[in-house]
Amino acid sequence: MIKNLKKQNVWFVFTPYLWLVLFFFVPLALIFKISISVSEWGMPPYRDLFSLSENGLKINSTLGNYLFIFSDPFYIRSYLNSLSLAFTSTVLCLFIGYPIAFYVAKSKPSIRNILLIMLIIPFWSSFLLRVYAWKVLLQGSGIINSVLIHIGLISEPISMLHNHYAVILGVVYTYLPFMILPLYGYLVKFDLNLIDASNDLGAKPLNTFVKVILPLSLPGIVAGSMLVFIPVVGEYIIPEMLGGSDKLYFGKIIWDEFFVNRDWPIASALAMSGIVILVFPIIIFQLMYAKYNFRNE
Amino acid sequence: MNKLFLKILTLTIGFSFLYFPILTLIAYSFNENKRVMVWKGFSFRWYKELFQNEQILEAFYTSLKIASLSATFATIMGVMIGFSLTRISKIPARPFFIFLSSSPLVMPEIILGLSLLLFFISSNHIIGFPSSKGQLTVLISHITFSVAFVAVIIQSRLSSYDKNIEEAAQDLGTIPNMIFWKITAPVILPAILSGWLLAFTLSLDDLVVASFTTGPGANTLPIVVFSKVRLGLSPEVNALSAIIMLIVILAALSIYLINRSNIKK
Repeated sequence: MIKNLKKQNVWFVFTPYLWLVLFFFVPLALIFKISISVSEWGMPPYRDLFSLSENGLKINSTLGNYLFIFSDPFYIRSYLNSLSLAFTSTVLCLFIGYPIAFYVAKSKPSIRNILLIMLIIPFWSSFLLRVYAWKVLLQGSGIINSVLIHIGLISEPISMLHNHYAVILGVVYTYLPFMILPLYGYLVKFDLNLIDASNDLGAKPLNTFVKVILPLSLPGIVAGSMLVFIPVVGEYIIPEMLGGSDKLYFGKIIWDEFFVNRDWPIASALAMSGIVILVFPIIIFQLMYAKYNFRNE
Repeated sequence: MNKLFLKILTLTIGFSFLYFPILTLIAYSFNENKRVMVWKGFSFRWYKELFQNEQILEAFYTSLKIASLSATFATIMGVMIGFSLTRISKIPARPFFIFLSSSPLVMPEIILGLSLLLFFISSNHIIGFPSSKGQLTVLISHITFSVAFVAVIIQSRLSSYDKNIEEAAQDLGTIPNMIFWKITAPVILPAILSGWLLAFTLSLDDLVVASFTTGPGANTLPIVVFSKVRLGLSPEVNALSAIIMLIVILAALSIYLINRSNIKK
């Protein structure tokens, strides 16, 4: 450890430090400032927080934007929709991803490496294009409808696009690799003899899974769930491409408030509330995880 | 036998789910018909049109430029953060620094994009910089969210290797700069490379932050693609998907082959 900041180390610390303060912290502080400002016509479309008039310094701050958001069921519903989308798709990714990660990790090393590459390929290919692929598949004239008609299950193409099921499908599909890869990372380090030992001692397969395999892969489950849950809460692209008007999501609402309504204070207040709302599940998650670890020590 | 069957069944279904949409898209990229889903005949028509589409080609070039610059700057600063947090104990407001270097990881991109855009507009009002939105503002934004990812990779590599090597060098009288370049840097080189690659793909793949911070003459590839497929389907985008998949598969295969030959050695 270098104890004191020597001259040659100063720029090493302060270049990224300053960068992050300037381009991450200040912008966040700025949207907080705008979120408590009063909207008005003009450019920029909000009143300055401090203004000098003949009566001296006047502070034009308001909590009105927040009150407006939280008194309107439209916004509250969009937050709840996003949280429920994130929760549903995290659970689905876990249930679909866990067996895949488990069997890939349990394969022979030669096959395992090929399977791992096959898991990484969708992970590296374009996110937007993978969402687009589902738009192509789910079309009225798309391949799924054609197959269903061909085998006689339906007689007319059914509309599978532009509803929240399509959004869930798109999210699960695009975020599945984010769940599988961390799970695989923990399961591959897992000593397979432990399963045999548990079986030899007379545990039933389900018991072995719940008591031995699951606790040891828990860090992977937590990491994978965070990697899915957090970005999905703010997801904009998938609801825009595959979703319809049946359910609106947080990301799209911010986008529209900013680009369509040009209401900066409301968009900023939505963003700030989004941060707060997102922080809570993460803290609860980590507390539960910490408690679990503590109990098992 | 039962277990083996379950394993093969799970993997087959799992990988089919992952690959079916991509492969369908590639198959339809060879469809002659302008209506994407109605098969008319095999042709390379859309590949030809893709390579004549100035807008897409220009966006592709812009994206590559921004992604490689962003990855390079993000890697340099990510190494600085990783090194500072694991090797330098006296950093002013250290918890704040840790907060700054890790929270972009969990910040939804829509909020990041919005805050950066409002920041650029305000700073343009106050000090006149940046003079307009464009490639520079997209670059700054991409560096900002990529830095955190690179820093995590570097940090985990730096904290897992034996620090005694550095201390031994220090005891032998090597100056700190030399220690960094001769010992630390070579050890973390694989982490630097994977950090750069991750930052590169993060930038190449980003649509949301770029949509907020872009301006005239700075349309990245995802922005152009999104504008084409937002409301409908585009046979040119099918061809583009096939090409991107081919590049990714070739890259993944070469990594696999390099790894295998390394293990054999």
